[in-house]
Amino acid sequence: MAAAPESADSSKGGGLIGWIDQRFPLTKMWKEQVAEYYAPKNFNFWYYFGSLALLILVNQLVTGIFLTMNYKPSSAEAFSSVEYIMRDVDWGWLIRYMHSTGASAFFIVIYLHMFRALLYGSHRKPRELIWIFGCLIFLLLMAEGFMGYVLPWGNMSYWGAQVIVSLFGSLPYIGGALVEWIRGDYYIADATLNRFFALHVAALPLALIFLVIAHLMALHEVGSNNPDGIEIHDHKDAKGHPLDGIPFHPYYTVKDMVGVAGFLLLFCGVIFFAPTFGGLFLESPNFEPANALQTPPHIAPVWYFTPFYAMLRAVPSFAGTQVWGVLVMGASIVVLFFVPWLDHSPVRSIRYRGPIYKVMLAIFVLSFIALGICGLKPPSGIYPTLAKVATVLYFAFFLLMPWYTKLDSVKPVPERVTGHA
Amino acid sequence: MNDQVDLGRRRLLTAATVGTGAIGVAFAAVPFLASWQPSARAKALGAPVEVDASKLEAGQMLKVVWRGQAVFVVRRVKSIIDQLGNHDAVLADPKSDDSTQPDYIKASGAVRARNPEYWVGLAVCTHLGCSPLGAFEANNSFQVAGADLGKDWPGGFYCPCHGSKYDISGRVFKSMPAPKNLAVPPYAFASNARITIGVDDAAKTV
Repeated sequence: MAAAPESADSSKGGGLIGWIDQRFPLTKMWKEQVAEYYAPKNFNFWYYFGSLALLILVNQLVTGIFLTMNYKPSSAEAFSSVEYIMRDVDWGWLIRYMHSTGASAFFIVIYLHMFRALLYGSHRKPRELIWIFGCLIFLLLMAEGFMGYVLPWGNMSYWGAQVIVSLFGSLPYIGGALVEWIRGDYYIADATLNRFFALHVAALPLALIFLVIAHLMALHEVGSNNPDGIEIHDHKDAKGHPLDGIPFHPYYTVKDMVGVAGFLLLFCGVIFFAPTFGGLFLESPNFEPANALQTPPHIAPVWYFTPFYAMLRAVPSFAGTQVWGVLVMGASIVVLFFVPWLDHSPVRSIRYRGPIYKVMLAIFVLSFIALGICGLKPPSGIYPTLAKVATVLYFAFFLLMPWYTKLDSVKPVPERVTGHA
Repeated sequence: MNDQVDLGRRRLLTAATVGTGAIGVAFAAVPFLASWQPSARAKALGAPVEVDASKLEAGQMLKVVWRGQAVFVVRRVKSIIDQLGNHDAVLADPKSDDSTQPDYIKASGAVRARNPEYWVGLAVCTHLGCSPLGAFEANNSFQVAGADLGKDWPGGFYCPCHGSKYDISGRVFKSMPAPKNLAVPPYAFASNARITIGVDDAAKTV
């Protein structure tokens, strides 16, 4: 009899890891993606939010899976099954509050993560695809957040769904049929809830995980940007490692642990002491069951949608249709995808940009916050005017970018990263 | 045997197979997309409903559910009916040209009703589908959902979501978020105050 075939590659070491490595690239992947992934050594506070977003994704997946074990996706039982989770299931309240607070935390972290990109030019060549994958993740997250908000079948869930689904009805010609197709009934009904559940717990999370992997693969292909917005791969040591780079593990795994600890303090603080966050994270009308005959006196989406909702409301109907508001709201997201090509500045980081970009970025942040506030308030008093002004400023930041980034003065960019010896 | 690979043949066969497969996938997608349409049960539940409005006092309204949507039935005060033609200037679509209603409702003009005393319409704001509130008292500055409707208010509906105003025939005011008048469903009077919603003719079902 022939001897058992020898391993093709004895360099892969022994033991269990060696046995695995001969059959699956475990050590290879660990080295490439973590232990020998060289990241710039000058990451600051703003670089926590990527790993925090990943942590929250895991939180949402785990708590979400446990919620589905007691939740019933039918219009007759959904509301009471959520109450059942809150009152009768052991620790059910904790799992639900971890999930609902996680949704808001996700958007806080993602907004800060995106702001970081605008600060340091992380979307610029060659990182355009990282940015585009990121924008797609943001888009899916909005769909995920919206459908998740419908599931408890409270009155705000119901009327929020009514308003958002009706947006599609404003499209010319196909609108009415499209809305009926989305709802699966002549109104927001059991069929709507059931399909939103399917999308929320299966289709969208799968797509999200796929996109997060693509986002990270693209990042690890081109390497991370940094607060100086310069390429660390231009200066390498004898071994071919970037001089200004440090291995992700142990340096950034340890740093991110500090970020996680700080985040969890705040996160748990909200879960235990203010899970509704004064009606921002969970709105009070949603503690009443859905009622098709009674609109809540004031419909406001959850805080993370309010900037976009305010834009929708800021645009008046024109030529017998209110599709314009919907188009403006859609454009406010679509324009994000084009940022890498709208930005014509010769430098990436705000550290070396001139005053115009700094002012425009400040205006953008203020207008985004102003829109967020307008979207929470009833459409009366100064809010409609404020929303119109802020909508114009929001778009000015993006659409004027090709000109002001070119006009703006720049400071000389250093050869090597700064701030760390 | 010939070892040469016939690249042209390979490309043609691969393209033809992929093309046929793509058509197959397109056909296979149809059942999945069509499964999102209202089911046979949902369609069956969209049947007409009958309302007895005889117990309504003048100035009151009731809401009934038809196809899962709320429908207003308002019994109007005579003085308000008489004034309906007087405020066309503030309305966006006084003749209901761009709005949704059966022809017999459009033909009825400012009253937008088969019987001027009873107004029937969908309780669905044409902006984004909220349910407007009734504010039927006229010419009397008062507050509804935090909004002051002003002294010139002719009586009508106010949508609390985005502030659209409608008169008591469901006609929208100018420069409101809502683009159209409140839709009127098909309905018919079975007798004096018995209204069947969802049919054009009480004797027949649509």
